[in-house]
Amino acid sequence: MLNETTPSGATEQAAVPTLAKGRRSQTEKRRSLGIGSFLLLALGAFVFLFPFYYMFIGSLQTSPDTSVAGAFPKPGNLTGSNYANINGSINLLTGLVNSGIFTGGVILCTVVFGLLVGYALAQMHFRGRGVVFGMMLLVQMIPFQLLLIPLYIMIVRNYGLADNYVGIILPFAINSTAVFVFRQYFMQLPSTLFEAARIDGASELRILWQIAIPLVRPAIVTAILLTFIGPWNEFLWPFLVTKEASMQPLAVSLANYISNIAATAANPFGAILAGACVLAAPAVILFIFFQRQFISSDFGSSVKG
Amino acid sequence: MSLPTQQAGSATNRIRGVAGRPGRRARRNAILGQQPLGLLFSAPYVVYILAVLAFPLGYAVYISFHSYFFTAPGVAVDRPFVGFDNYVTILTDPAVLQSFANIGVFLIINVPLTVVLSLVLANALNRVSRLKTFFRVSYYVPYVTASVAVIGVWLFLFQQGGLVNSLLGPLAPNPSWLTNSWLAMPTVALYVTWKQLGFFILLYLASLQNIPEELYESSAIDGANKWSQFWNITVPGVRPASVLVTLLATITGANLFTEPYLLTGGGGPDGASTSPVFLMYQKGILQGHPDVAAALGVVLVIGVLLIALIQKRLVGGKEE
Repeated sequence: MLNETTPSGATEQAAVPTLAKGRRSQTEKRRSLGIGSFLLLALGAFVFLFPFYYMFIGSLQTSPDTSVAGAFPKPGNLTGSNYANINGSINLLTGLVNSGIFTGGVILCTVVFGLLVGYALAQMHFRGRGVVFGMMLLVQMIPFQLLLIPLYIMIVRNYGLADNYVGIILPFAINSTAVFVFRQYFMQLPSTLFEAARIDGASELRILWQIAIPLVRPAIVTAILLTFIGPWNEFLWPFLVTKEASMQPLAVSLANYISNIAATAANPFGAILAGACVLAAPAVILFIFFQRQFISSDFGSSVKG
Repeated sequence: MSLPTQQAGSATNRIRGVAGRPGRRARRNAILGQQPLGLLFSAPYVVYILAVLAFPLGYAVYISFHSYFFTAPGVAVDRPFVGFDNYVTILTDPAVLQSFANIGVFLIINVPLTVVLSLVLANALNRVSRLKTFFRVSYYVPYVTASVAVIGVWLFLFQQGGLVNSLLGPLAPNPSWLTNSWLAMPTVALYVTWKQLGFFILLYLASLQNIPEELYESSAIDGANKWSQFWNITVPGVRPASVLVTLLATITGANLFTEPYLLTGGGGPDGASTSPVFLMYQKGILQGHPDVAAALGVVLVIGVLLIALIQKRLVGGKEE
């Protein structure tokens, strides 16, 4: 990104140190990376990726091989039966569908209501705007553990929403970080654009739908990715509110398998790892595919100052 | 909706207002602002915050000062005010004190390790030109994956006869990592560091973009080596990010639940890796004492706030 020239270009410049290029080569000197740093990065990548590789290999083993040689695929020890076994104990498809409804519900609420409030905060002048903005910032500081017991009492005991999608979605419905991202992107659009549209007689909803949203499409992808991580991976809350297996997201049913059923299975680790692969795959694929939309600049606003 | 005409009206009104003849619309604008519709656009979010976050927050404090138990919906029962009784119960419970000590161990390992590793890796990642995308993606893959899924493979790796112990050979701890009362909590801390590091690397990467390149250039001309550049330019330059990283790492640590529940089979061995949130679940929901659990939640949050204030003083440096 910042680094347009290749390392070979850097050596050429260093060899011809004119005044103008001298400055550049200083930059290159700092920018070019020592072999030690590169090895550090490579070691880091190995440490982060190996468990995922091992998860996949382990899910294909007929009998778990925990020796060093077991980290490599062996033709005689490969099977797909772990996937069938875990699917026999916990219904993988039901789990995936429930995870999908939970995550999809949260993303839908976040995008619809988040775009509305994000646009209002960035481009509309109304009484109480400062209060709403302050609220959005404060809310991100509220620790979930404090809300755990009252939310459980309200949603499960008072409203009877246990084993109900609404009950699972409600505490996560609108992601305030995504609202913040929307507001930041809408702020970057020139306000004259909206003034002109208003004078032309366009309604606010139409301005939002036809002018503002098409201009902030990247923000929507980023917000969806940011929001996705929460509900897809959440364990504690759906674990508390779902007791029926048919309503449990995959993270919950797999956790129940790990803590209760695995002990009785023939190859518990194979089955656990097969389930883990199914749970991990959608998130990993999504983030590899959309890696461009999930970069540091999106976090920039939160660390400036 | 009759929004178009309404808005057209407000536009002409604004023009009239400028001309010095304020109409009814203009007076309304003075009270509600130029686009009062903004209130309507914000309404769902505001209602959501009040109902699902603000109200439960107050409710938690209310429950913690009363004798509260679960009842069937709609049943009116007397829930007497008991003052600090629930807090006394919590603070004299050895299991609770142990869980706070466990979190202390967790934070002492996790927070410094997170700050150092994520800054060093982000700094190297910021300067690398080859394979940059590959490294960046591989670092945040654990962060975006469900904890339940990766816990499966950590159990496999760190079990008695697992790959880690096979590699260590005679150096393998006995009892193994997750069933060893001295190593259970450090292993959990290591796991969470690994899991969350990618997110913190992204935060530091963003912060590194704010350091002006000229600082490195002029210091290089003055003969500064890479180490002193890192120490004197990079570290102070990313200080706001460091404050945020320590704060977020602390909050994550205080929220620990999935790891003691699954990785060490319910805070084992013998409570050596229980966390306060795990006890909130156990006491509040399994044993039916929500009042005691709510008090534990309040104590935990106050504790986190105090630690955060101390950290801000230590990490934030002199600028405040």
